[in-house]
Amino acid sequence: MNHPIIPIAIAGATRQRKREAPKGRRVDPQALADVQALLGAESRQRDLLIEHLHRIQDHFGCLGSHHLAALAQEMRMAQVEVYEVASFYHHFDVVKEGQGAPPALTVRVCAGLSCEMAGARELLAKLPALLGREVRLLEAPCIGRCEQAPAAVVGQLAVPQATPETILARVDAGATTDTVTNHAGYADYRRDGGYVLLRECVDGRHDVEQVIGKLEASGLRGLGGAGFPLGRKWRIVRAEPGPRLMAINIDEGEPGTFKDRVYLERDPHRFLEGALIAAWAVGIEAIYIYLRDEYHGCRAMLEAELDKLRADPPVDNMPVIHLRRGAGAYICGEESAMIESIEGKRGMPRLRPPYVAQVGLFGRPTLQHNFESLHWVREILERGGDWFASHGRNGRRGLRSFSVSGRVREPGVKLAPAGITVKELIEEYCGGMQDGHAFYAYLPGGASGGILPANLGDIPLDFDTLQPYGCFIGSAAVVILSDHDSATAAARNTLAFFKDESCGQCTPCRNGTAKALDLIRQPVWNLPLLGELSQVMRDASICGLGQAAPNPFDCVIQYFPHELTTPLVQS
Amino acid sequence: MNAITPTVTFELNGRPVAALRHETLIEVAAREGVEIPRLCYQEGMDAVGNCRSCMVEIDGERVLAPSCCRYPTQGMKVSTDSPRATAAQKMVLELLLADMPEAEYTRKNEVDIWAEKLGLGKPRFAPTRRQPQMDATHAAITVNLDACIQCTRCVRACRDEQVNDVIGLAFRGEGAKIVFDQDDPLGASTCVACGECVQACPTGALMPAREVALNIPDKQVDSVCPYCGVGCQLTYNVKDNKILYVEGRDGPANHGRLCVKGRYGFDYAHHPHRLTKPLIRREGMPKTGDFAMDPDRVLEVFREASWEEALALAGGKLARIRDTHGGNALAGFGSAKGSNEEAYLFQKLVRTGFGTNNVDHCTRLCHASSVSALLEGIGSGAVSNPVMDVTKAEVIVVIGANPTVNHPVAATWIKNAVKLGAKLVVLDPRRSELARHAHRYLQFKPDTDVALLNALMHVIVTEKLVDEAFIASRTIGYGELEANVREYSPEAMAPICGIDAETIRYVARLYATSKGSMILWGMGISQHIHGTDNARCLIALALMTGQIGRPGSGLHPLRGQNNVQGASDAGLIPMMLPDYQRVDNPVARARFEAAWGARLDPKPGLTVVEIMDAIDAGQIRGMYIMGENPAMSDPDANHARAALAALEHLVVQDIFLTETAYLADVILPASAFPEKTGTFTNTDRLVQLGRQAIEPPGDAKQDLWIIQQMAQRLGLPWNYAHVSEVFDEMRRTMASIGGITWERLENEGAVVYPCTEEGAPGEPVVFTDHFPREGGRARFVPADIIPADERPDAEYPMVLITGRQLEHWHTGSMTRRATVLDALEPDPVALVHPIDLERLGVKPGEVITISSRRGQVALYARGDDSSPVGAIFVPFCYYEAAINRLTNAALDPVAKIPEFKYCAIKVSAGGELTPQGSSGGGQILEGMAQLAI
Repeated sequence: MNHPIIPIAIAGATRQRKREAPKGRRVDPQALADVQALLGAESRQRDLLIEHLHRIQDHFGCLGSHHLAALAQEMRMAQVEVYEVASFYHHFDVVKEGQGAPPALTVRVCAGLSCEMAGARELLAKLPALLGREVRLLEAPCIGRCEQAPAAVVGQLAVPQATPETILARVDAGATTDTVTNHAGYADYRRDGGYVLLRECVDGRHDVEQVIGKLEASGLRGLGGAGFPLGRKWRIVRAEPGPRLMAINIDEGEPGTFKDRVYLERDPHRFLEGALIAAWAVGIEAIYIYLRDEYHGCRAMLEAELDKLRADPPVDNMPVIHLRRGAGAYICGEESAMIESIEGKRGMPRLRPPYVAQVGLFGRPTLQHNFESLHWVREILERGGDWFASHGRNGRRGLRSFSVSGRVREPGVKLAPAGITVKELIEEYCGGMQDGHAFYAYLPGGASGGILPANLGDIPLDFDTLQPYGCFIGSAAVVILSDHDSATAAARNTLAFFKDESCGQCTPCRNGTAKALDLIRQPVWNLPLLGELSQVMRDASICGLGQAAPNPFDCVIQYFPHELTTPLVQS
Repeated sequence: MNAITPTVTFELNGRPVAALRHETLIEVAAREGVEIPRLCYQEGMDAVGNCRSCMVEIDGERVLAPSCCRYPTQGMKVSTDSPRATAAQKMVLELLLADMPEAEYTRKNEVDIWAEKLGLGKPRFAPTRRQPQMDATHAAITVNLDACIQCTRCVRACRDEQVNDVIGLAFRGEGAKIVFDQDDPLGASTCVACGECVQACPTGALMPAREVALNIPDKQVDSVCPYCGVGCQLTYNVKDNKILYVEGRDGPANHGRLCVKGRYGFDYAHHPHRLTKPLIRREGMPKTGDFAMDPDRVLEVFREASWEEALALAGGKLARIRDTHGGNALAGFGSAKGSNEEAYLFQKLVRTGFGTNNVDHCTRLCHASSVSALLEGIGSGAVSNPVMDVTKAEVIVVIGANPTVNHPVAATWIKNAVKLGAKLVVLDPRRSELARHAHRYLQFKPDTDVALLNALMHVIVTEKLVDEAFIASRTIGYGELEANVREYSPEAMAPICGIDAETIRYVARLYATSKGSMILWGMGISQHIHGTDNARCLIALALMTGQIGRPGSGLHPLRGQNNVQGASDAGLIPMMLPDYQRVDNPVARARFEAAWGARLDPKPGLTVVEIMDAIDAGQIRGMYIMGENPAMSDPDANHARAALAALEHLVVQDIFLTETAYLADVILPASAFPEKTGTFTNTDRLVQLGRQAIEPPGDAKQDLWIIQQMAQRLGLPWNYAHVSEVFDEMRRTMASIGGITWERLENEGAVVYPCTEEGAPGEPVVFTDHFPREGGRARFVPADIIPADERPDAEYPMVLITGRQLEHWHTGSMTRRATVLDALEPDPVALVHPIDLERLGVKPGEVITISSRRGQVALYARGDDSSPVGAIFVPFCYYEAAINRLTNAALDPVAKIPEFKYCAIKVSAGGELTPQGSSGGGQILEGMAQLAI
């Protein structure tokens, strides 16, 4: 939700109101009929709350209080249980009685770091006058199209390299839905040998031990950012008592990251086959795919491909596959927050222990994977673990899909050897820097992975190699800054993002991100206080968001002290 | 106490410590005398670890750990005071303090307390949070979210404990905000004002309204709640002989929880309407049942008198009637609101001073039929298992009861049990709030209980789900019952009760086959002319399936009044001496004659409604009524009022000028609950000590003193110096509490009976191996369908159901004079289904007139779809719309309980409202608000 509204005068129930009805908001019969019609025969079980909220939001353009009350009754929930979820997610517009609904069309301009460097601010400044009052303009957190910066979304239609003209053209044409077409569909995928491996597994022609062994030999680690070895995860979950569940994370939200979308747009069945093989190996009853809401085109395509898969399953007794739609919340990329969100709740990370492998989705042992991790399963099993491990540079092994954006000539997803340095990546894979730009700094792992100066451009990029520098590779989202940019501005951009995306659960993150942002927006930084705050955010936040949020400003202090020597004037 | 068996040893701040594996680090540290800050952590609640003020350093771990959520493992090295841990603990407090206001909303701000302990100065951060406005829309609670630290203790109190599901955490990040419903003002939300959130809040962001808790009390008195039978323990915070506020205490029935009445319903004791001087009816002032009363103009009808004069007249005239017309020309109504000792002395006064068994109280109006059936079937009128046993049950059946309204804290345990996986089945024509939590909700047609229950038994019998061993070894009369229920197939009963056969079958199987099924019921079962039959069916259900005599099973009639169990135990009923010894049993009678040194009438006395009829018939001429208000609470109240008015002599002992007192010849000003000490027995058979917190106002006297004075005027040489002497006499004459000593009550606060030997723990669950009947066996009693006495017809086409509402107690004499409760529910309302409203052409909130063959009232129509279409529910607490003028005095033939839950009515739009007098209508709070301006 974008605009929490504080009523002007707080009034309770009048004496007349008490005579009229029991306490609290009553369910309006028409609203109940609306909700019943929208939900139809869909299950009313609680974990579908976010799905049902989407139906109402999509249909009415907002979530009216009367509809929320009706939905609560329909799902046998309390109104507050519905409201606290609805108000958590950016993409829901909660509208109270007496407030106007938002305009029917919303244009979102991505204000992520890469888009900001590419001119998002100028777009945001120019568009209000051009769009008028009939269209709502919102500044959006990273929408996962950094290689297309500046990116915008008209309704649900993504606009790459957006200009006022291209945006207006879509608005005027009423083009507001997205599609993905250039992908390998179910028939294509099967024609090219897809799902054969899965069938062989299910038919007993491969041994689970052997399959896990291959994965271990490949050295494949979780590609969402945490880097937990895949084979080991399969073993752990497999050893837990059933029923076991799988959750697949396509909530790619780390600013700078878009690799999952690019692969999904091309080859959706590859990760599905990987998932089904994992399900076979680990013994999974049901698979839940969590797709970030920003990927509207992917969702339509994936829904259609899943229907085809279900209609003509490659194997008998295929696990049930559920596709769940995010609703605009970076934090839901965190594995336990994602699980909460799949359960229809606010995306608030859980405390560990217990780990999701033991107590995960619906309290069951859960195999949780990033999309890309599963994307590689088939090829590794077909070509052998050694094939994957044979790649690599500077003593590292394997392949990495780098999402490169910023001031390079050819941004995009670059499949490159693990251990490659940023300088090599720019020169060999990205066509060098843009004209007129000199390499100044880089973010090796999205917004949370820290900021390094160009003179540290020879560090091998991989898991574990950046820790000594206070950074990490995460989802391998590399954002390149040039001499036109400043690390301080990047730190302010990313910390503002973390503040907006903090779930608000724990004090060090909720208050810490706000206080830190306030401090680094000052012309002169209070370094001792920032230092203390950083340490406590790292030490005491519940999840990685709060723990990594200080990385940008810590790196500025450590590697870019020259930017801090003279008081910076805020742009 | 069990010895702690250490299963791990670990290092805490450098020294070895032994602990259990399921103890959290914060618990172990506390035990070891190591103090760790904590804010979101509260004992008894789920630990959520969100505030991060309790962080500790564990050797080898990358980050710090919240000690409230971590368990020790063998060899773990934990430091609570390392520089890293201390830095985090302090920084968390500093971050929170930076956004908190200067103003204090509580005397115990936990953030400040910890900040001081850790030596924190002024926070170095500037405030950044956008502060929400104050919300003062609720009569009981003020919301100052600028002091909120998002610890969610209120959310857990509201959602996990009370399961009222009003409070949530909405939005996110720095905007994360505690909200009510959909971020509504508290006063416009569904909040039921249990106040659990206020009790849980560490910073006063949720505080008692009007800053009452900022006053420093000069004493705190541990007592129990004066309202319902749940028996919650509480603490009165008193200053200058006034109760400032009330807090929940960790009693066996409530574990710190309270409801709106218990927490906010205390200040009736300070209301200006309190009677502070004895009153004598002015010469020649006529008595008529048809009166309009104004407590402010009491002195037009009565004159003040000295205690000496009032007692001489009150007792003297009763003695004269006794001496002239015999003891049976007198009767007494005691009260289930009084203590055990008061009830005991009152019935002893009637039996030995009047010389009659004409003594009764409001149990006749609530659970008389349940008690009759229970005594007949299993030999004891009390519950078999405490409410808390719902947490051990697999299936919980709630029938004819609305515990979220009438036993709110008991309802929380039911809702907690459901959250933990118990299956709740709610059977009720009215859809209560509990129905939302139910696994199955059966909205059967009013008055068809026996049809539905017999159908359930039919399934159990025909599908052979009975517990044959239990039936064979523990019961008699099964054959008769089995034969009887054969006629009641679910298919045959479905059209009668309105529940489809498949659902009946499902519920029957569920109940019969679970590991433990417990039945709880209320007035929906008992207040019918077939109330005894209804209860017989429930008893038979439990017996045939063996669902009794174990934890998590059994029968629990939810007792209404705080001491209706104790008053009945003490013999405040016409057919029983204390401990349910029948008056017509010569052996029992002889025992009490010896103990009391008096002859006792061998004939059972008359019951409440029978007494009214006997007055009509000229048989009863004088009455002594203590703390009851039959002019409001009796069915066909017009008739009851006329009867009371016809008495030659009526003595009323009460704290307010009730509608009954208005018809008195002498009024004796008595003590409110917090003004006296005594024992009270809750619905679980738990005897608890209520302690005096304040002095009675003016010349008002404690009830025990008044009863004794009356006894002396009736020629009884009583002289009990202390309430404990009365209790001691009780325990010597009542085997069930024989083992409970006053000293133990003072020390422990609560002892459950049966407790026959001193030092025995007491038995929360009874009938484990025998029933207290002849042969130790329970008895099946079959029942057939008897329709309600007065069915709807063309002239009176709708049905009236009466009962209580959450904020108001019974006839409203206390709660409508309690500031908060009156403000929350100021006006008389009838709950009418929206479909009926539309048919009547009435908008919600407009006036309607309801009439029966016996009377009519006008009141506001509240649109509420919880009642079935065609049935209207009206609470009987509103003097300006006394609904019992309409109810039917038809009686259950066995228990003599009237049919409050069913009579025929007609409804019309509009009507003349009776103007409100000087109580009700939210007047007290309005007055306060005006004073404040």
